[in-house]
Amino acid sequence: MLAFLIGIIGIPKGLNGQSLIASIQDRIHLGLDLKGGTHLILQVRVNEAVNSDSDRAIETLKEQMRAKNIAYADVAKPDPVNNSDRVLIKGVPPESAADLRSVVQDRLSDYDLSSGPENSWVLAMKPQTLKDIKTRAVAQAIETIRNRIDQLGVSEPVIEEHGLGQYQILVQLPGVDDPARVKQIMQSTAMLEIRQAVDGPFPTEQAALQAHNGILPPDTVLLPEGPLMKRRAGNTQDTGDQFYIVSRTAAVSGRDLRDAQMTRDENNRPAVGFTLTAEGGRRFAQFTGAHVNDKLAVVLDHKVQQVATIQEQIHDQGRITGSFSEEESKDLSMVLRSGALPAGITYLQESTVGPSLGADSIRHGVLAAVIGMLAVMVFMLVYYRGAGINADLALILNLIILLGFLGFSGATLTLPGIAGVILTVGMGVDSNVLIFERIREELRNGKTAPSAVEQGFGRAWVTIVDTHVTTIVSAFILFIFGTGPVKGFAVTLTFGLLANLFTAVFVSRVIFDAHVNNLKRGDALSI
Amino acid sequence: MEFFRNPNIQFLKYKWYFLAFSLVFSLAGLISMGVRKHNTGEWVPLGVEFRGGTVVYVKFTHPPDNNAIRSAIDKSGLHNARIQRFGEAKNNEVLIALDIKETSEQALDQGKNQIIGALEPVTPAAGKKDLNNASALDVSEFLMSKDPLHAGTDAAQRYAALAQQITSFRDKDSGGVLSSVNDVSRGGIAAEVVGSLNDGFYVSDFAVRNVEIVGPQVGQQLQTQAKLAILYSLLGMLVYLWFRFELIYGVAAVVACFHDTLITVGAFSLLNIEISLTVVAAVLTLVGYSMNDTIVVFDRIRENVKLLRRESLAEIVDRSINQTLSRTVLTSGLTFLTVLSLFLFGGEVLHGFSLALVIGIVIGTYSSIFIASPMLVAYQDWRLRKARQPAQVAVASGRRDREKVRAKG
Repeated sequence: MLAFLIGIIGIPKGLNGQSLIASIQDRIHLGLDLKGGTHLILQVRVNEAVNSDSDRAIETLKEQMRAKNIAYADVAKPDPVNNSDRVLIKGVPPESAADLRSVVQDRLSDYDLSSGPENSWVLAMKPQTLKDIKTRAVAQAIETIRNRIDQLGVSEPVIEEHGLGQYQILVQLPGVDDPARVKQIMQSTAMLEIRQAVDGPFPTEQAALQAHNGILPPDTVLLPEGPLMKRRAGNTQDTGDQFYIVSRTAAVSGRDLRDAQMTRDENNRPAVGFTLTAEGGRRFAQFTGAHVNDKLAVVLDHKVQQVATIQEQIHDQGRITGSFSEEESKDLSMVLRSGALPAGITYLQESTVGPSLGADSIRHGVLAAVIGMLAVMVFMLVYYRGAGINADLALILNLIILLGFLGFSGATLTLPGIAGVILTVGMGVDSNVLIFERIREELRNGKTAPSAVEQGFGRAWVTIVDTHVTTIVSAFILFIFGTGPVKGFAVTLTFGLLANLFTAVFVSRVIFDAHVNNLKRGDALSI
Repeated sequence: MEFFRNPNIQFLKYKWYFLAFSLVFSLAGLISMGVRKHNTGEWVPLGVEFRGGTVVYVKFTHPPDNNAIRSAIDKSGLHNARIQRFGEAKNNEVLIALDIKETSEQALDQGKNQIIGALEPVTPAAGKKDLNNASALDVSEFLMSKDPLHAGTDAAQRYAALAQQITSFRDKDSGGVLSSVNDVSRGGIAAEVVGSLNDGFYVSDFAVRNVEIVGPQVGQQLQTQAKLAILYSLLGMLVYLWFRFELIYGVAAVVACFHDTLITVGAFSLLNIEISLTVVAAVLTLVGYSMNDTIVVFDRIRENVKLLRRESLAEIVDRSINQTLSRTVLTSGLTFLTVLSLFLFGGEVLHGFSLALVIGIVIGTYSSIFIASPMLVAYQDWRLRKARQPAQVAVASGRRDREKVRAKG
């Protein structure tokens, strides 16, 4: 029986051996505060995206009213800062009201029209559209920033939405201690260009050169294809990039692009529609007018994403067609949009931890943890003698399980996280003390060793559950409201408490039972 | 070994003394919060994450002269900067804090750049960069341009690795600052490379170890979040205790926790130590811990109410506290030991965090005995006086438990 029970305890000990600890330590993610790195919180100025959409609505409206002969005095946004989604239309004669309504219904379905005083009308964006535009602006900003950050070659960057509905982005770059450079790279937008595609595709650079007798045509460059083209060609294996010869200068760039959306072509096949600014549209019309039947290349970050034939002159609104699926056209429009940030970003918070500080913190934190734990373990042995061994074993096992949890779940260990570990030690001791004191009490009341152990565990269990649940409640709330390091604290504390429920109650019990079963009649329990 | 063997202390007899004690401490904290003007006139000394501003941690090669730093920073036009020693004196570390009321990114960056600019020597060697504050990227780009090793096709990787080696020698082995460019040769860097570095780099007498810049908007947001976190977690516990015990137990425990939070925050105000995000985490932890202690006592009261139905609640409470006293002292003592080790050895970064826990554990243990438990008795007395009924009803455990006991008896 004893051998069997020790066998059970032995199994986790064997599994959590030296080699396993080493591998676990490799797998534990250290937080920025320990590893060093840059942490940024950005605010996406979503109102800018809303503003540009309502600007376009104003243009459409004016154009349509002119076409339909609706008289008006003025169309403008009275408050572009706080209510960028509201447009005021003044001086529309009452007899034109029905016409105005039908214009809005047909061409501006994302807007609601309501009448105001003195022949004025208010055009307001539908709440859902407003929300969509804002959400999309954040998604696009994240995509753009991710594209830029990828160029930095940072391992394990975190780029995600932050705050609850605040339109903020969290960027964490481990090991990067030069935030100025990061900001510079993040803001280098307008990497999208539409250029003339002169020749291609070629399987290699050499092949492209050979086709032109070793010299590229004047004012052209050789560019590789991007991931989107590769995927479309079904070229999933890494057979190398294909190359295109494209014009050196761009007809239009991301700065001229206003929006890109998935649409459908005449045959109802998915296509990508894009809108250019007035200035960009003028240049694009010039370019496409001069190059009908030539090919154009959509270039993003110096990679060819799409090649299409120009069928007719295109002004400010164009469409890229081709045989792509709905998914692909969504992707391409996303890529196009991400070439230009839809809305500006503001830096809200920046924190940079130098690697030397991180190393110091680890040293101090671990030192404190070890000293604290050793002090507690020695005390338990002195105060509870034999039972102290139980408590110490449970503590060690608790720590091992906690580290295992951290490694397994990929949770991040932060500096407050180390403090969470120390607190877990405290809670673990508390559970043991609760049980042991209870057993002592029962023994004092004249119970036999087996029944004292039984009663001690049984009664303490209720209390232990209560104390653990309340602490987990506060850890959970901390996790919801906390950011970065504080979240790490909540995670380690929760894991630690769960591990503790197991070690302090179950493991310790098993050891006790084994010991009690082995006692000879009349032997006292060492506690 | 055993510290307490059947203690019999009449805690409730002294409740007025303890109430007075709590009042004195709570009031001291409150008065300090009301009277003292902490950094920006806030009630409590808030850390930069809540307030908005710029903090730069700088490590010097020699003991820093705060007056010299101040005059340099004043000269650059930043008159409200706060300069204070950070950590042990032998670390030569200083933190320079600046409040910012603007949100524009230029304003955010400006403070940092101005601080660093002020610390730089008046005439940095022409065209040279500061190796103490250069990033690995700076170093590798410089080495690429100089190519001291005449590296072939893999130059980019080799110099990137070399730059990493140089900066990590600076950060890990030299404590963050070099006293001369030639120092890096001790990190196993080839002489040609060191020679080349000397052409492009000099060393200043300081290194920036950590920079924190927080816009006021985020600060506001975090303040709200922190307050909500503490309130919600008290509420969550109240609900749990209501469910497990009775409403009055929950109320008593929450009042005790609130008392602990107030005294701890008051202590931070009295000592004028900044409350950072991690301190808020510590306060939440202490809320959990204090609750822990209270629950242990309450659990025992509930158990004894079932067993000892002839005794008055006051007697039961006293007896329960005495029965759990050994555990309370041991656990608090041991947790105090771990937290104390964190306070003493955890380093400057964790200082505020561990201080909050050190105070919190003492106060939390105290309040579960002297605030939460007497509240139960006071509530029962009040109910009795109101109802003018014999002592039988009143605060007991859950109704079902009472039913069970009755059935048994």
